[in-house]
Amino acid sequence: MKKILVLFSHPKFEKSRANTALVNHIKDIEGVTFHDLYERYPDFNIDVSAEKKLLNAHDIIIWHHPFYWYSCPPLMKQWIDMVLEFGWAYGPNGNALQTKTCLNVITTGGSRKVYCSEGSNSFTVRQFLRPFEQTANLCGMQYLPPFAVMETHKLSDSDLSNYALKYVELITLLKQSLSNSDCEGFSFINDIPKLNTP
Amino acid sequence: MTGSILFEAIVFLLGAIICVSIAKKLGLSSVIGYLLAGVLIGPYVLGFIGKEGEDILHFAEFGVVVMLFLIGLEIEPKNFWNMRKTILGMGGLQVGGTMLLSYILFALLGFDWKVALVISMAVALSSTAIAMQTIKEKGLMNTTFGSSSFSILLFQDIIVIFMLGFIPLLSNTDDNASAEKHSEHANLLETLPIGFQTLAIILSVVLIIIAGRYLIVPMLRKVAKTGVRELLIAAALLIVFSISFLMEYVGISPALGAFLGGVVLSNSEFKHELESTLEPFKNLLLGLFFMAVGASINFIVIANSPLEIGGVLIAIVVIKAFILFVTGRVFKLKLDQKLLLTFSLAQIGEFAFVLLSFAFGLNILSQDQMDMMLVITALSMSLTPIIGIINERFILPKIGTKESIKRPTDHIAKSQKIILVGFGHFGNTIGRFLRSHGVEATILDHDSNRVDFLRKMGFEVYYGDATRLDLLESAGIAEAKIIICATNKIEVSKAISKIVKEKYPHVEMMIRTKNRYDAYELLNLGHENIYRESLETSLTLAKDVLSRMGFRKYTLNRQVQNFIKYDEDSLRRLASEPKQEDNYIFKARKELEQQEKFLNEDFKRGIVDFDSHWDSEHIRKVLEKTKEE
Repeated sequence: MKKILVLFSHPKFEKSRANTALVNHIKDIEGVTFHDLYERYPDFNIDVSAEKKLLNAHDIIIWHHPFYWYSCPPLMKQWIDMVLEFGWAYGPNGNALQTKTCLNVITTGGSRKVYCSEGSNSFTVRQFLRPFEQTANLCGMQYLPPFAVMETHKLSDSDLSNYALKYVELITLLKQSLSNSDCEGFSFINDIPKLNTP
Repeated sequence: MTGSILFEAIVFLLGAIICVSIAKKLGLSSVIGYLLAGVLIGPYVLGFIGKEGEDILHFAEFGVVVMLFLIGLEIEPKNFWNMRKTILGMGGLQVGGTMLLSYILFALLGFDWKVALVISMAVALSSTAIAMQTIKEKGLMNTTFGSSSFSILLFQDIIVIFMLGFIPLLSNTDDNASAEKHSEHANLLETLPIGFQTLAIILSVVLIIIAGRYLIVPMLRKVAKTGVRELLIAAALLIVFSISFLMEYVGISPALGAFLGGVVLSNSEFKHELESTLEPFKNLLLGLFFMAVGASINFIVIANSPLEIGGVLIAIVVIKAFILFVTGRVFKLKLDQKLLLTFSLAQIGEFAFVLLSFAFGLNILSQDQMDMMLVITALSMSLTPIIGIINERFILPKIGTKESIKRPTDHIAKSQKIILVGFGHFGNTIGRFLRSHGVEATILDHDSNRVDFLRKMGFEVYYGDATRLDLLESAGIAEAKIIICATNKIEVSKAISKIVKEKYPHVEMMIRTKNRYDAYELLNLGHENIYRESLETSLTLAKDVLSRMGFRKYTLNRQVQNFIKYDEDSLRRLASEPKQEDNYIFKARKELEQQEKFLNEDFKRGIVDFDSHWDSEHIRKVLEKTKEE
């Protein structure tokens, strides 16, 4: 059974319907450590050694955050800046994260349609997530396609709970084992066959 | 009993130490402890102190003088002038009303009109020593109750001069005898006509004012320059002694003169120095005074006519209380303030001893009458702290829990109760911030003016001593989630924490502390949520200093956060280190040692020993190293 660390960053969690639904479903699952970064570090003063210990104790890292200006909220970036240290996560002797798996779980306001070369956002979600992908690569982690909850403003409560249940399913799969080969050809982990078998 | 001064001193000191510590343990005012000690060592119980108790009483009255000097120091002349209406109005009403009613009482009891008049004068005066000591002990000087009491007592100090001048006119014995007995109390001016007396009094007041400015302050400066601390103590005592001497010489109450002297010096730079120097003298002398009062209670007189004395005592206290209540009403005091005033000034004061023995000396009073009145005076003084406790424990809490206007709050605020103890500058900020989030804390405070104001603002406020379980319970401690101790009195916080830990362990405590030593104690008592007021503000200031010197603000910000974390860690580490318990004397030295240790560690830590992830120099160094390899 693999251990999952959910690094959740949301500066206004109390106002987010979508993330409240998602988080409520997964935060108490056994084998999942839900780590609320904005609650833990309201002053952005990240305890690097504590974070490293957490990373060491888990196999799968989920960056769970809203998609703000095509990226993550600032504390998440701060976390990446500070915790993924040279000489620890990358660089000479920087192999602490090798063999781990990593993915983004995001919520967006825009639909899949606007995230393409013809859409108003010009680029795909995967293209915007390249920095995360490469960060994972540099640290020797396997990077899986993102789990995305899109058009959140238009989602009804039942839509949201469907997404939340799917997130739970994903977590269950990840705990057993899920690799890039299961995701071949999919831009979003939402769509892989393993998640969609009845 | 014995003539040895040393023996007497031992008896008094031992009595004080034992009785006052017992009284304090029981949560009673120290006044009760002293009075009790006096009764115990007095002629009727253990008999260590005999008749000389009266001399001691006379000597100890000097404590009252010192106390008034200290009170004067805290009142600037401007404020004193602003108080003139309350002094005359409240004081006049109280003295006049009490004299009238008690005159009627004693006339009805069949006393001669002269006797009744003298007694009514004595009865009208209250005890500055007891009232002010209690007010100061409870920190109520700045309430309307405090200033009203003070005004009345001050008026009494002034009026007693006239009373002393008036009593000889009642004397009906032949002049020779009177003059003979009178000589005990004689002063320079009695032989002079009234006009000169008044002039002399005015002159001496002016003298005090001028001397304060042009003699005392320059003298204190000279003394301070020598740097010899005991000289300052000597100077402080000299000032009070000289003023008292001068005042007695012209026939004014020395306490009044000392008060004036204090007011004159309240603007000087030596104010605090004088205060801290004289404080211990005052306390000891007052203690001695209370003990002497206790020792002077003549139990034989009581035993001879217990009913008569009890009846008169009760009648007098009721009359005084009634007049005080009416006075409070006329001057529109709040109910709780009015009750405090009523109960704390309802005794007969130490001036009664002076007036009564003076009148006895003039053959106006008989020995029996004087004995009875002296006993009643001492008893009424002993009664005050007891009445005060009854008022505080049983009457005020009922008033203190008057209903308040409820404001709509959101569900977080409603479902979780917060109790905030102390609404001074610190608690006030907490309360405001909570309220801006719709969280209405239940506030406990012992300043009734503040309580009144907060109630008007719609806060739920309870008045009183937060270390009392019943008050905490009526404030709803049982269903509270958090109790915040924002008071600056660590003793109060510790007392509350004990109660909460024992009776309501589910309530989380958040405690303000002044410094790390208080924090250690609380940590060792098992409290985790400790907020040192000396930590974050000073670091914010230091951060701004460094920023002005050219350090980058963000780095400083992170350094401050790290410093706090480091300091909190070391606080917890040091708290668990074994210590020589409460070694008061070594505390200061230990403090210095710790400071030194901290400073060294800080220096070793260097300025920026972290944030290497943003520091390309660090990466370059490592890369170079690996290349070399």
